[in-house]
Amino acid sequence: MFMAVTALLVAAMAMTLVRVVRGPTPYDRILAVNVHGTMTVLLIAVTGYLTDRPDFLDLSIAYALLNFVGTLAALKYFRFGHLGDEP
Amino acid sequence: MTDEFSIFGLVLLLIVLALAVVRLTSLLAVAILAGAMSFILAAVYTLLDAVDVAFTEAVVGAGISLALMLAAISLTTREEAPWRRRPAERILALLVSLVSGAGLLYATLDMPLLGDPTAPATLHVAARYIAESPASTGVPNMVTAILASYRGFDTLGEVAVIFTAGVGVIALLRHWREDRA
Repeated sequence: MFMAVTALLVAAMAMTLVRVVRGPTPYDRILAVNVHGTMTVLLIAVTGYLTDRPDFLDLSIAYALLNFVGTLAALKYFRFGHLGDEP
Repeated sequence: MTDEFSIFGLVLLLIVLALAVVRLTSLLAVAILAGAMSFILAAVYTLLDAVDVAFTEAVVGAGISLALMLAAISLTTREEAPWRRRPAERILALLVSLVSGAGLLYATLDMPLLGDPTAPATLHVAARYIAESPASTGVPNMVTAILASYRGFDTLGEVAVIFTAGVGVIALLRHWREDRA
């Protein structure tokens, strides 16, 4: 059971990475990395649940927030062409 | 066993990603890929129960580094400059990479296996940490106990170094901004 869930999650991570590498537009890549981060969070949460380490859930939540910050930074760059200060 | 299985898959993904980073010429894609690599590394560290290391990797690698890379790209260029090397240079580069890679692989043969109970690192002070760290520090995670309590002064020194670096970067950027205005 654990093997199946982990294998499927890692496979899903690999598939999102295909989209990151292939592109073709930056938006595909940003979305793919966002989904990839979500898959990582899921993998950590599932591992924590199945190996009886409930503190992994806190880590998952923290990673989900970090994932959001990274996506926001990338999207802000694409919307304005810079990060705050005019280049 | 179960953790090793997912770590194996994640490390395979890391190798594929490293090859992709070398092949791609779009700097934006490379910056985003580096963020994805950091998330995989953070997952690997978490599965090895080194939650503090994992958290640092996620904050620095996937968070701050991506933002800094994007800022640098917005000030420079989005595409890697095309370059051509002569065949002799390429062969030399390939030889250097193969020899140094083979040397590193050969060096790993001397390392103890992951989780080997007779490894030198687990025989010295580890037994004392395992026996006493919950009682003497009150921290449930042993890696955290070692980093934050037994090596507290070391960590304090690292924080001082990072703080100094941050202050230096801020001072440089402020100066540069005033020059332009």
